[in-house]
Amino acid sequence: MHAFADQVYLLARRSVVRTARQPANVISPLLFPMLLLAVNAGGLKAETRLPGFPTTSFVAFALAVPFIQGALFATMNAGTDLARDIQTGFLNRLTLTPMRRLAVLGGQLGGVVTMGLVQAVVYLSVGLAVGVHVKAGPLGILVLLVFAVFVALGFGAVGALAALRTGSGEAVQGLFPVFFVFLFISSMNIPRNLMEITWFRDVATANPVSYLLECVRSLVITGWDGEALALGFGITAAITVISLAFASWALKVRMAR
Amino acid sequence: MKTLAVAQGVAWRTLHNVFTNPSLLIPSIVFPLFFFTAFAGGLSRVQNVPGFGFPDGYTAFQFVFVLLQSAAFGGVFTGFGIARDFESGFARRLLLAAPHRSGIVLGYGVAALARWAVTVSVLTAVAFAVGMHVGGSGVDLFGLYALGLILNVAALLWACGVAMRFRTMQAGPVMQMPVFLVLFFAPVYVPLSLLQGWIHGVAVVNPLTRVIEAGRGFLAGSPTEVGAAFGAAVALVLGFSLWALRGLRKAEAAG
Amino acid sequence: MMAARARVALRLGFAGVNGQAIEAEGLVRVFKKGPRAVDGIDLAVASGEIYGFLGPNGAGKSTTVHVLTTLLPPTEGTARVAGYDVVREGPQVRAAIGAALQEAALDPLLTGREHLRLQASLQALPRETRKVRADELLHRVGLTEAADRKVRGYSGGMKRRLDLAMALVHSPRILFLDEPTTGLDIQSRTALWDEVGRLARDEGVTVFLTTQYLEEADVLADRVGIIDHGHIVAEGTPAELKASVGRPTVEAMPADPADRERAAAILARFGEPCRSERGVAVRLESGETDLAGLVRALDAEHLKVEHLQLHQPSLDDVFLAKTGRSLEGAAEEEEERARGGLAMEPA
Ligand SMILES: Nc1ncnc2c1ncn2[C@@H]1O[C@H](COP(=O)(O)OP(=O)(O)O)[C@@H](O)[C@H]1O
Ligand SMILES: [Mg+2]
Repeated sequence: MHAFADQVYLLARRSVVRTARQPANVISPLLFPMLLLAVNAGGLKAETRLPGFPTTSFVAFALAVPFIQGALFATMNAGTDLARDIQTGFLNRLTLTPMRRLAVLGGQLGGVVTMGLVQAVVYLSVGLAVGVHVKAGPLGILVLLVFAVFVALGFGAVGALAALRTGSGEAVQGLFPVFFVFLFISSMNIPRNLMEITWFRDVATANPVSYLLECVRSLVITGWDGEALALGFGITAAITVISLAFASWALKVRMAR
Repeated sequence: MKTLAVAQGVAWRTLHNVFTNPSLLIPSIVFPLFFFTAFAGGLSRVQNVPGFGFPDGYTAFQFVFVLLQSAAFGGVFTGFGIARDFESGFARRLLLAAPHRSGIVLGYGVAALARWAVTVSVLTAVAFAVGMHVGGSGVDLFGLYALGLILNVAALLWACGVAMRFRTMQAGPVMQMPVFLVLFFAPVYVPLSLLQGWIHGVAVVNPLTRVIEAGRGFLAGSPTEVGAAFGAAVALVLGFSLWALRGLRKAEAAG
Repeated sequence: MMAARARVALRLGFAGVNGQAIEAEGLVRVFKKGPRAVDGIDLAVASGEIYGFLGPNGAGKSTTVHVLTTLLPPTEGTARVAGYDVVREGPQVRAAIGAALQEAALDPLLTGREHLRLQASLQALPRETRKVRADELLHRVGLTEAADRKVRGYSGGMKRRLDLAMALVHSPRILFLDEPTTGLDIQSRTALWDEVGRLARDEGVTVFLTTQYLEEADVLADRVGIIDHGHIVAEGTPAELKASVGRPTVEAMPADPADRERAAAILARFGEPCRSERGVAVRLESGETDLAGLVRALDAEHLKVEHLQLHQPSLDDVFLAKTGRSLEGAAEEEEERARGGLAMEPA
């Protein structure tokens, strides 16, 4: 068990170091979500004047988006890195060491989670700096960070699964627009109950990303909302468990070759 | 004469690549449709904000933005292709064949326009299919598409200048980011009069604000600020022409 | 050599006033934050000549080609190609030349045929001749079968051949080939040599070819310039260059090692003998013409010779003499010697 933890730590550290050495991979997950937040907070501020809008601060409403968007970025980068390991044969070399198979996956995800946590802290700090008040208090902030870690883990497993199944960085990058669609057709920019067009509201309601956003949002603007938290954590756990199971199976298939 | 042959060759090849590779073609058609759906579909309640005052509804309001956005990003996507050509060395082939290298830029420009023509046709068809209301006449609509066309050329020239200075695909964000910012630091979701605070200040000086507001005026059949809009668009084209041609000189000097 | 001269005479009309297809004086190219990649090069390549530009990696070969093909402006000096100044008359130079650069400039998404069609339209060939020209060139470089496949799936050799075909589309009078055979297998390499030789011989094309391979320069070039650190360190026909560093050596290995002394005595008639690893060697005083006499002498003395080998001085010896370094790795050096040497069984 001790050796296993060591292996995970080694690989996670490598994954973080590798990310840190590609400045674009560090900066874009921090910069892009903040830019989108700035743009939308400015452009959609008028939305807060709609009857039934849950808060008077659009930044507070929109602060949930970077957490999800940042996790997407981290996932894509990690998936691409893993695919590169497959392409360069690094994974094959690991197979020839006494390294445990699951340590490979654990290390990779450890890296994603670390990056996810760093990002979440940055987003939260920016939010607090521009005057957002987290309704659920310090404990709520803690829960929020834990949730961010979970989301990174779940999405990271999806990225790893894609990398392991396809072995192609391009294929992993190709997932990005798909995630993007999930993000945009959700309650990202407007509460679901204010969506006028029925089919759009239905799609957003069926879209799991809506609940991830609403989980973060509840902590920021409503306080403690058991239902939102349960849905958010429940869906994240489901995504994580399912994709982890598939990813470790995919890893087994790949390393057995 | 030979310059035209070069332009024709470059345009043919760029378009051939785009239209025979789904991975290049589909995003440039699907992304605008997707933005159209996400903005017009999801945010339609925004038109109920007091003072919104656009007569043709939120779908038409967002159609104009998405149309102009697709024009700008179409130009940038073509710029990615230029960067790819320099990175792979293929651009040298073009530089070697062209007596006057400005024919190369011309060719990429024609390709960008043709590519956008396809995108905007699909977008327009979809908008009418979902029942977009149009107040403007044919002449007004012509004005809107003309603005898009000029913007497409301006964005291409901008991206081309960047591509020829950096000559690597890694310059992608450098091409894309400023265009993204200029597009979104404008009245995207609500009219300029409803923007508040810093974003209002930025939008007022943003040349694209004129273009977007005039485009919406055209669609509604009540053209406003037409001179300012075309002036801003043409100024962008002229400015970026210089930028692109000087980029070309830089690329020539660097080999 | 004679053939080359004849060709030169034949093609004189094509180039500048003094019959040079490529001329350069004091050519310098300095890269920002980089080396003086080309550091004062003078060139005079006659029309119809195959000029081999031989040098190790990083010597400045590609940079020279880029300057001569108008892809890079020189920092100092002047160059004229086809009689036109590369800086002031770029369009005219480009119309006269074809180039296959070191990195094959191809688009992975286009097929071979589409590449040629594109090149034909870039070169403004009349519309009706484009297809014929493309087919003809595809056939000539042996890509007819693969013509409609995307270049992404081509092998290195196929890419090189397509690149060459593209350089030839507008029937240029001057052809630049930057390391055309690097990384190719022996078969493709020989095929390319044949094609280049044919172009020069039959069509009078001037060829400026860079290479890292001694053999290539030796076999193909009428004249060779050896470049190192941006300078031309030696120039001449391969034979002249080799003669400048020494005469050929013959090594005789007697069947019976005890015969070494006798062999040495015989060889002494032809020059100063010295012991080699397994036999005796002598540098032929009057060159290769001595070889027959030497064989007859050995035979007359009934000396049983197991192996007799003629070592020609190679271009590598030239490079070594001029720069104090060997051009190729030790392994390749061995290969070169084996190929350059003439192995003979005694009569
Ligand atoms: N674009 C460039 N920027 C800086 N240095 C360069 C550039 N191109 C070539 N060099 C340098 O110039 C020298 C000559 O390069 P090159 O002409 O490519 O040599 P060769 O073709 O003989 O291998 C090398 O030291 C190389 O590193
Ligand atoms: Mg080179």
